Amino acid sequence: MKPEVVLEAEKLTRHYPVSHSLFKSPSLVKALDGVSFTLKRGRTFAVVGESGCGKSTLARLITLIEQPTSGMLKINGIDLSNSEGKDLQEWYARVQIIFQDPYGSLNPRQKVGLALEEPLLVNTSQSKSERQQAARKMLSMVGLRPEHYERYPHMFSGGQRQRIAVARALMLEPEILVLDEPVSALDVSIQAQILNLLTEIQDRLNLAYLFISHDLSVVHHIADEVMVMYLGVPVEFASRDTIFAKPMHPYTQALLSATPVADPFKEKNRIILRGELPSPMNPPSGCTFHPRCPQAIDICSHTVPEIRKIGASKVACHVV
Amino acid sequence: MSEAIANQEGFDAQQSGRLALFKEFWSYFSENRGAVIGMIFFFCVVLVAIFANFIAPHSATEQFRDAFLQPPFWQVGGEWRFPLGTDAVGRDVLSRLIYGSRYSLFIGCIVVSVSLVFGVVLGLCAGFFRGKVDIVIMRVMDVVLAFPSLLLALVLVAILGPSLINAMIAIAIVQQPHYVRLTRAAVLGETTKDYVTAARGIGVGKLRLMFVTILPNCMAPLIVQAALSFSSAILDAAALGFLGMGAQPPTPEWGTMLAEAREFILRAWWVVTFPGVAILTTVLAINLMGDGLRDALDPKLKRS
Repeated sequence: MKPEVVLEAEKLTRHYPVSHSLFKSPSLVKALDGVSFTLKRGRTFAVVGESGCGKSTLARLITLIEQPTSGMLKINGIDLSNSEGKDLQEWYARVQIIFQDPYGSLNPRQKVGLALEEPLLVNTSQSKSERQQAARKMLSMVGLRPEHYERYPHMFSGGQRQRIAVARALMLEPEILVLDEPVSALDVSIQAQILNLLTEIQDRLNLAYLFISHDLSVVHHIADEVMVMYLGVPVEFASRDTIFAKPMHPYTQALLSATPVADPFKEKNRIILRGELPSPMNPPSGCTFHPRCPQAIDICSHTVPEIRKIGASKVACHVV
Repeated sequence: MSEAIANQEGFDAQQSGRLALFKEFWSYFSENRGAVIGMIFFFCVVLVAIFANFIAPHSATEQFRDAFLQPPFWQVGGEWRFPLGTDAVGRDVLSRLIYGSRYSLFIGCIVVSVSLVFGVVLGLCAGFFRGKVDIVIMRVMDVVLAFPSLLLALVLVAILGPSLINAMIAIAIVQQPHYVRLTRAAVLGETTKDYVTAARGIGVGKLRLMFVTILPNCMAPLIVQAALSFSSAILDAAALGFLGMGAQPPTPEWGTMLAEAREFILRAWWVVTFPGVAILTTVLAINLMGDGLRDALDPKLKRS
């Protein structure tokens, strides 16, 4: 059986105007410049890239916190990219997000139980006891004890807080969960616990995950499909096994070679990228990666590469 | 049954949470001896104000025709009937001071709550909506701040007419910009945090987001500002009273008492001195307490 598509994004674009002075016309930051992908029920789609490549902007668009500048965002086949305010209300429930920093994502003045009940309070007409019951059930589902219901967030550790964040995101029975670097602020031992919790919940509830990360070992652990992004554009799509076995795009190769491997005898063949990530306000011409690319050729500096299917992967590169 | 136990446990956890917070607060607060002394003095003033009827030896407005400008008991000619002497029309100074504390606290409470409520709402709107709302509110507040506060209060009272209520309204208007600015700054800091974004993502409406999610996290600086502006409200009201624009005689308001006694400053020092000392000590006590509150509530000043 083919997994059902829950979310379809086509050429999603988000530009931020930045004005430097009163007299100059504002310049644009192209945080996201044409990203297309689909999320399927029960599958994990990972987005990988270095800081500033537009991963978190993507998360904000998918969760409907921000509107895309252009492009299409379909959830269950309904285009939401131009709807506003009230129309979106029911969709908020379908897409939920878990943030990187569990210390900032919980309201310090709100008891855990109330934090879990809030989604039900504002979106449904359940009675107080129904909400309480649902919250207590959810607490046990994410591996917390019922007595945690009355506590404040500052009484919990980072891992427990992230469990609370997961519980809150699940209260509205979403179909899509956006995980914005959900484990990168946690200790390695806790990371595994949270990842296992997420996998277990996905199996049980058949959720679609959009997993944003810069940690490739975590991506290897959890993803089904991987999208590599550079400066607001996707450069390579592939299934997890393909991308880790045979990375095509020079940027993907460099990224993978930078992952530490716990094997002192393994031969290291690191590709070191020159220079810095260019400013998204003034991206390089042609392929945005060409100033740093070890394999760049003439055409790269003036023609933007299209995404092509090469073997099992889809790559945007002139060289491969 | 098991649920009852769970509830009980939850209740205990909640209690111990509050208790722990209060203990931490107290350990910081009690380190500052001035703040503790200020608080004790302030509570004494509150008690005096509450029980003025029982403590005061005489009525605040009763005139004793046999004792005009009688000195305090320790001076020649003084007697125990009037421990702090009497004023020019034969009223007991001590009783007037005791009743006057009611007015001072009343002024402080009303002014602080009015300016706090309006200031917080305006600051919350400015910080939350940004854009034009922000610009309009903050520019108006800048204009109010550009005037010397007492002068502006005087002008307002002159327009509204001199009375205690109008003086309080004027002082509240003058103090409000400070609350607006503080609230706006705190809201700007909180709005970008993830828990606010998470609440938005859940679909929490704007009003609930402003007042339930963001506002409780902005309270610490506001509590401190409220404590400190309590004293400046008393001071401003006394100043207005002294200038004849606040409480009108025969109200035993401390500033008004000073104004009435001004002409006797050389002949009968006690009529001027005691209201002045009362204002000074009360304001000082509240300021010390406010400083202690700030130290205890400001996370930046905390040692971890």
